[in-house]
Amino acid sequence: MAEPLNLIGGGLAIAGALLSLLGAIGVLRFPDVYTRIHAASITDTGGASLMLLGLGLISGLSFVTLKLAVIWAFIMLSSPAAAHTLANAAFTSGHAPWIGSFRIMRDASAGKQGPRRP
Amino acid sequence: MTLAVTHLNYIVVVALMMIGLFIVFSSGNFIKRMIGLAVFQVSTGLFYISLAKVAGGTAPIVVDVTNSDGQALAARLDPAYVALHGVDGVVYSNPLPHVLILTAIVVGVATLAVGLSIAVRVREAYGTVEADEVAQLDRSEKAGQPA
Amino acid sequence: MTDLTRDIDASLVIDLSLLAMLLVLAVAIARTRQLLAAILLMGVYSLVCAVWFMVMDAPDVAFTEAVVGAGVSTIILLGAILLTHGHAEKSSAIRLLAPALAAIAVGGMLVYAVLDLPAFGNPTSPANAHVSRTYLEVASNEIGTPNIVTAVLASYRGFDTLGEATVIFAAAVGVSLMLGFGDLSAGRRTPDSMGDHHVVLGVTAKLFVPVIILFALYVQFHGDLGPGGGFQAGVLLAVVVILHALVFGLRETMLAVRPGFVRGGAALGVLLYAGVGLVCIVNDGAFLDYDYLFPPEIEAQIPPGLLGDPDHPHHWGQHFGIFFIELGVLFTVAAAMISIFYGFAGRAPVPPGTEAGQ
Repeated sequence: MAEPLNLIGGGLAIAGALLSLLGAIGVLRFPDVYTRIHAASITDTGGASLMLLGLGLISGLSFVTLKLAVIWAFIMLSSPAAAHTLANAAFTSGHAPWIGSFRIMRDASAGKQGPRRP
Repeated sequence: MTLAVTHLNYIVVVALMMIGLFIVFSSGNFIKRMIGLAVFQVSTGLFYISLAKVAGGTAPIVVDVTNSDGQALAARLDPAYVALHGVDGVVYSNPLPHVLILTAIVVGVATLAVGLSIAVRVREAYGTVEADEVAQLDRSEKAGQPA
Repeated sequence: MTDLTRDIDASLVIDLSLLAMLLVLAVAIARTRQLLAAILLMGVYSLVCAVWFMVMDAPDVAFTEAVVGAGVSTIILLGAILLTHGHAEKSSAIRLLAPALAAIAVGGMLVYAVLDLPAFGNPTSPANAHVSRTYLEVASNEIGTPNIVTAVLASYRGFDTLGEATVIFAAAVGVSLMLGFGDLSAGRRTPDSMGDHHVVLGVTAKLFVPVIILFALYVQFHGDLGPGGGFQAGVLLAVVVILHALVFGLRETMLAVRPGFVRGGAALGVLLYAGVGLVCIVNDGAFLDYDYLFPPEIEAQIPPGLLGDPDHPHHWGQHFGIFFIELGVLFTVAAAMISIFYGFAGRAPVPPGTEAGQ
C-alpha cells in the first residue's frame, strides 16, 4: 500500500532502538551518576519517541496512531520527571557532580569524594 | 526439525525455573528467598505460555475475517493450514493457559506480600532476617530460658 | 509442514534472544547480595517476561505481568527492605553445594520429561487441540465477547476466578493483620522530603493521577473487546494510589483514600462476585451460570439487536454477568493492593538492635 511509508517507519523504529542501545552503552561508560542519568533519560525518551513515530507512520492514519500519540505524550511527561527525581535524589544524598577533570564541586572534606567505581 | 527449534524454549524455561529454585534454597535471607520464589513463579508462567503458542497463531481475540486486519492475518499463512487448524479463517493461540497464568501471576503477588510481611515481623521479633541467625537465636533462647 | 518453519523462524529468534536476556537476569539476581539491586533486577525480569508474553500472543498475560510484576511487586519488595535490612549475608561455597545439586537434579529430571512434549507451536498437540479449540469455536456463540480469554476467565472458568479473588482478599487480610491496618496515626510526615524539592514530581503526579484512573476504567470496561479486565484495572488503580502516596506523603493519601473504605471495598468486591453467582441460583440456574442471571420474563423484554443477539438472548445475561464480576474483581484487587501497601508503608521501622518488638 504505502510501501515507502512502511520503509521510513521501519527505519525510524530501528533508529529508535539503536538510540536506546547507545543510551545503555553510555550508562555503562560514563563516569559519574549525573552523566549516567543524562545518558539514560535522554536516549530513553528520544528512542521511544523515534520508535513511536516509526510505528505511527507504519500504521497510517487510524485509531492505533492516536493511541501511539497518547503513549508518546505520557512518555514525554513521565520520563524526564523520573530523571529529574533521580538526579534530585542523588544530589540530596550527597553525590557531588564532577566539574572539570577531577575537581569536586563541594568541600573536599564533606560529602563524597568523587564517583564510585562500580 | 532440530531440537533447537522444537524444544529449546522448554529447556531454557526449565533452566530459569531451576535458577529460581536455587535462589530459594541457597539464600539465608528471607527477602532474597521471596525474590527467588517470584522468579520461579514467573518462569513457571513462561512454561505454560510456551505450551499455548500455536505456530502462525495470533492472540485469542476473535478477529473478523472480512475486514482488512483479518485478511492480513489470514494472508500470512498457507490456506490449507488455516483451514485445518484455524477457527473461522484465523489461527488462534490457545487461550486456556493464558487464563491459568493470569490467575497465577496475581496470586503470586498476593503470596509475595504475605511472605514479606512475615519476614518483616520476623525482623521485628529477632532483629535479623537471616535464617541461620534466627535459628541460632531460637536455640539459644530455648537453652537459656526453658519455657 | 513448511509453513510451520516459516512462521516460527522470525519470532523464534526474538523469543530465544529474550530468553537469553532472562537467563542473564536470573543469574544476576542469584549472584547479587544487595537486595535493592535484586529488587530492581526482578522488576526488569518481570518486564522482559511481559515482552516475551507479547511475542507469544498473550497480551492479557503480558499486561498483567507488566503491571503486577514490574509495578506492585517492586513496591512491596521495596517496602519490605525498608522495614528490614537491604543486604544479604554471604553464603559459603559449601552451603551452596546442596542447593545447586538439588536444582541440577530436578532440572535434569524436568529436561528429560520436557523432551517428550510435543514440538513448540504444534497446533495438534493435546493441549491445543481439544478443550481449547472448543472454547475458541463456541465462545462467540455462547458468550458473545470477542476476547476469548475474558470469556473463559469470567464465564467458563468463573469459579476459579472467584477463588482467585478470595485468595487476594485473604492475602490482604493476612498482611493487614500482621502489619497493621494503616491507621491514620501511622501516617507521619517523612523528614525533609516534602517541599520545594518535589515541585516537578508533584505537578507531574497531579497530571497523571486522573489520566491513569481513566485508563484503568478504560481497561476495565474494554476487557471484553481487547486485552484487559478486572485484574489489570484493579492493579492500575492501586498503583495510582501508591503514586500519590509516594509523591505527596502517606498522610495525604490516607486522608483521600481512607483505610476503612479500602477494607470495605475489598470485602464488597468478593461479596459482589459471589452475589452474582447466588442470583443465578435463585433464578433456577447453577452457581455463576450467567444464562440464568435474568429471569425469562426480563430476557423476553430485551429489544433484539440492542446489545444481545436476537438468536442468542442469553448473551444479555452473559454480558451483565461478566460486567458485574469484573467489577467485583476490580474492587477486590484494587482494595487488596492498596491495603497491602498501607500495611507496609504505615509500619514504623524498628531500629536494629531491639528485640521482641511487641
